[in-house]
Amino acid sequence: MIGLEHYLTLSAMLFVLSIAGIVINRRNLILILMCIELMLLAVNFNFIAFSRHLGDDTGQVFVFFILTVAAAEAAIGLAILVVLFRNRRSINVQELNTMKG
Amino acid sequence: MLFQAILFYLFATVLIGAALGVVFSRNPVHAVMFLVLTFFQSSMLWLLAEAEFLAIVLVLVYVGAVMVLFLFVVMMLDINVESIQRGLTRYAPLGIGVALLMAVELIQLIWMRSRVDAGATAFAPYPEGYSNTKALGSVLYTEHVYAFEIAAVILLLAIVAAITLTMRKRPGLKVQNISEQVAVRAKDRIRVVKMDAEKKQ
Repeated sequence: MIGLEHYLTLSAMLFVLSIAGIVINRRNLILILMCIELMLLAVNFNFIAFSRHLGDDTGQVFVFFILTVAAAEAAIGLAILVVLFRNRRSINVQELNTMKG
Repeated sequence: MLFQAILFYLFATVLIGAALGVVFSRNPVHAVMFLVLTFFQSSMLWLLAEAEFLAIVLVLVYVGAVMVLFLFVVMMLDINVESIQRGLTRYAPLGIGVALLMAVELIQLIWMRSRVDAGATAFAPYPEGYSNTKALGSVLYTEHVYAFEIAAVILLLAIVAAITLTMRKRPGLKVQNISEQVAVRAKDRIRVVKMDAEKKQ
């Protein structure tokens, strides 16, 4: 029987994989953005699984809003990326040390 | 039920494989393609969980719009793939170790309760004639209408921010000045000269 635990396990694996992806791909900004998208997808999995488990549609409304915000985030992030590449000719995260943060 | 379980494990395997492809592929274009596969498999899994509306939205909005945007940016930027990804960073073993630890802990926590109950808690099936889209719409436009409007404003903000960030003035570019063209008068362009009529020779 496929149930709540299966979906939660899948979402946990996806989330952990994207965390590992952010640490591994510390050189490429585009891949970091993609890993953030994967993380949001894992969160959405949790919301849908619990919404089905509890029989409450509000969880799916949350997924709807997360999708909206993720789309906005992707658009602005990619715009920043384009501006960055135009100024620095590189998207290597380790070269972005102007602010000495 | 068995068929559903087979489908779930098939989709889940492809999903995890595609996510691994996103994380470990050297070429960003391949990574975007793997991400498309990941989103598509998630959409299938959501269909399996009877969240039909969101599954379709995921394919239309994510695969159709956001991933195409990613692909545009990846292809537009002339990134030297080899120079960016020359081997793993020195934090990679630590990162993979922490991730594995987190995975083990999370999965243990998830299955801790259900092992006592023997077996996973399956979703209760919806009654006959249930429409997911209708149910979502009836909640979205009544209880959450305020949040819905805020989401619209956020999207507008994203449009404005993305355009203002990437817009630039390039010197030496020949462009039209519409307002100047519209505001022009006849006397700016032609000059009427008063002169006597010429005599016939």
